[in-house]
Amino acid sequence: MSAVNTAPSSAPILALSGVTRSFGPIEILHGVDFALRPGEIHALIGENGAGKSTTMKILGGYLDPTTGEVTCDGQSVRFVNSDAAEDKGIVMIHQEFNLAEDLAVDQNVFLGRELRRGWRLDHKAMRSRTADLLTRLQCRVDPAAKVNRISVPDKQMVEIAKALSRDLRVLIMDEPTAVLTERECEILFTQIERLRAEGVAILYTSHKLGEIKRICDRVTVLRDGTMVKSAPVADITEEQMAAAMVGRDLSDLYPAKPVAGPDTVLEVENLSVPGVVSGANLVLKRGEVLGIGGLIGAGRTELAEAIAGLRPRHGTVRLLGHDLPAGLVQAAVEAGLAYLTEDRKGAGLLLDKGLRENLTLPLLHKFGKIMIDRKAEEAALDKAISDFAIRAPQRSMRVGDLSGGNQQKLLLAKTLLSDPQVVIIDEPTRGIDIGTKQQIYALIADLAEQGRSVIVISSEMPELIGLASRVVVMHGGKIAGELEGDQVAEGAIVRLAMGLGEHQEEAVA
Amino acid sequence: MTMATAVKTQSQGRRLDLQVIGPIIALIALILIGMALNSNFLSYANITNVLARSAFIGIIAVGMTFVITAGGLDLSVGSMAAFVAGLMILVMNVLTDTMGVTLPVILLGIALALIAGVIAGLINGLLITKVGIEAFIVTLGTMGIYRSLITWLADGGTLSLGFEMRELYRPVYYGGIMGISWPIIAFVVIAILGEVVMRHTAFGRHCAAIGSNERVARYSSIAVLKVRLATYVLLGLLVGFAVVMYVPRLGSASASTGLLWELEAIAAVIIGGTLLKGGFGRIWGTVVGVLILSLIGNILNLTDFVSPYLNGAIQGVVIVLAVVLQRKSAADR
Ligand SMILES: Nc1ncnc2c1ncn2[C@@H]1O[C@H](COP(=O)(O)OP(=O)(O)OP(=O)(O)O)[C@@H](O)[C@H]1O
Ligand SMILES: [Mg+2]
Repeated sequence: MSAVNTAPSSAPILALSGVTRSFGPIEILHGVDFALRPGEIHALIGENGAGKSTTMKILGGYLDPTTGEVTCDGQSVRFVNSDAAEDKGIVMIHQEFNLAEDLAVDQNVFLGRELRRGWRLDHKAMRSRTADLLTRLQCRVDPAAKVNRISVPDKQMVEIAKALSRDLRVLIMDEPTAVLTERECEILFTQIERLRAEGVAILYTSHKLGEIKRICDRVTVLRDGTMVKSAPVADITEEQMAAAMVGRDLSDLYPAKPVAGPDTVLEVENLSVPGVVSGANLVLKRGEVLGIGGLIGAGRTELAEAIAGLRPRHGTVRLLGHDLPAGLVQAAVEAGLAYLTEDRKGAGLLLDKGLRENLTLPLLHKFGKIMIDRKAEEAALDKAISDFAIRAPQRSMRVGDLSGGNQQKLLLAKTLLSDPQVVIIDEPTRGIDIGTKQQIYALIADLAEQGRSVIVISSEMPELIGLASRVVVMHGGKIAGELEGDQVAEGAIVRLAMGLGEHQEEAVA
Repeated sequence: MTMATAVKTQSQGRRLDLQVIGPIIALIALILIGMALNSNFLSYANITNVLARSAFIGIIAVGMTFVITAGGLDLSVGSMAAFVAGLMILVMNVLTDTMGVTLPVILLGIALALIAGVIAGLINGLLITKVGIEAFIVTLGTMGIYRSLITWLADGGTLSLGFEMRELYRPVYYGGIMGISWPIIAFVVIAILGEVVMRHTAFGRHCAAIGSNERVARYSSIAVLKVRLATYVLLGLLVGFAVVMYVPRLGSASASTGLLWELEAIAAVIIGGTLLKGGFGRIWGTVVGVLILSLIGNILNLTDFVSPYLNGAIQGVVIVLAVVLQRKSAADR
């Protein structure tokens, strides 16, 4: 389904002219001009920290511009808050979820706009409307489930359902597809195209240039807070987009695949997590990059967390010949195994603390005996900032104010600080720009080169195929099969992930 | 296109500063008011009196800061103090019968108070971490239990140390070096140690991490339950220590000993800028909070301007104001 690239010539519904925005003394956006038209799908792209989220928040009424103006339907507006924007039909879905974790899905969807019957809340109507919306999104979450019990991609679907439940004129989505699998992305795109047909203006950002090329009408590139390019998607190639974002040409995205050594470092035997994983076996060699593929909900994260001691489990995990006790993270870390969570905000970083505190948190005992050695911490942060190219406008800022991609880089730095022998990385490049992706891929290859072993869990097919020399695919809590060398290809992975078991024999044979 | 609306957002830095120095400004203001209202305010006797009396709450509040920073709460400290004091007095009286009025009796009494405090903290902590009951519920329960136990021990009346024993133990509260009494010295030392532990050790950092986001802490391989438990045990130990300083003051304990101490300690912690929901704590702030609360009482006592009966009302206003100040910066757009 190629995008209908007829540039809509109608008047912009929402526009920025000469907008700047500063946080404290630092100017993040420098005079941005931008226009969004009804019936167009507009992509905003740029590196991590370029100012995409900031631009979107200004459009969505969450932030005020420092100077410049926002116009809606040709009228200069100043939204008092996001509700004022929503009254005009402008709805924004944030990069980080905005859900009340302790409330049920339907309560979240109608939060602040509860349906009433007389003076009482109409629970039944809200529940059934939510169920309808979720069905439309082919999301199988129970509307009565608490949000803190559902998976990360399901949360994204709930956010989308929440947006769809309103009268929309403008839908702004900040990296909605970062946490979705390809199948879920397709569902989202269908909905987006339906909205476009209804004349809704859609602005969205993504680091997946392929999907932008496919579904968007227009793309605008932001670099370091300045608009550097805006063109119909038909007139620009993915390479040109990447080059405009990064300001240089990008050569090969994936490094050469490392060759695994002969000795085994990690052995997982008959591992089960009640209800989510059953009878998983896994072997990891020194210097190997092993991929774990599968649909969301297949039990990949649960398997990884069980190995890392973050979940109760049955079965054995042997690291470098020693059995790791179940449910004890400290023991796993001590033994040289580190796990990078997919839930950056909920389990990865302390958003209201600084970079330094976050970086050294798992390894404080290595920084000074009784008193923490601040100098050593600062030095470690210096190194992390340069090794991982973390872009923080201010060193002392809250981690929550870092751009999403830079948070991910900090999380990587934090996980690798203990210099682990085995690293399990759950979604390594979620929300990371293409230039940095290349750096992270190189880093993973580097780790393997140095004799460490890496397990990469990814929902991005190209990433699995590009990085891993061996891929294990999970389906329904079980390991559905294993692919090696030339077998590692999209078709084979998808078949296994869908549970088409006959390919297991084929793969093993 | 009408006029462009230029909005100047205030720099965050200045607001943060206000949060930091807010409690100090309030303390200075109180001191100035006190000086203006009563010339005796700054006298050696008055200052010593205020500081020595605030030492008990202060020592407990230091421990409370750790508990709250790690996202917990302890409502039982007041009754715990009363119970430990009663126990200490009973045992010391019994020991005096066999060992006479001697120093070892005092030392045993002190050891008992500290151990009893640790055990009480351990009970709270284990119920909260191992059994997994909410801190509020657990400590509400133990608060009732200890209060009832001291009432029962004292048979509804007062437990008193023997007269001679009291004379021997007295200097621990009334004595001192270079004109500074022991409770003040103890408070200062514990506050400094607390500040160092909170700011410069892994334990303090871990408390803040747990209070800020327990899941992140767990994923960062912090032994969350152990650290939590440790905060309650530390608080129990400090309650025991406060009792060691308190008993020589009156030499007795009754059902009304330590009444509302828990609320004063929690209030001091919050006034000092520690977040009630956890994640950030500062000991020096707590010290300032304790001083603010006791100065309010002292000033009201020294002047007949406002009735001392309004002490609670004024303290209440200060607590609410402190929290409002903390909130301000959250509304940044
Ligand atoms: N409240 C804030 N205080 C200070 N700096 C901020 C704040 N919000 C954003 N920034 C900074 O502004 C810059 C732009 O951030 P923004 O979130 O818009 O980036 P982005 O383009 O969305 O990046 P990403 O792809 O990583 O999500 C970043 O350097 C970020 O650290
Ligand atoms: Mg962003």
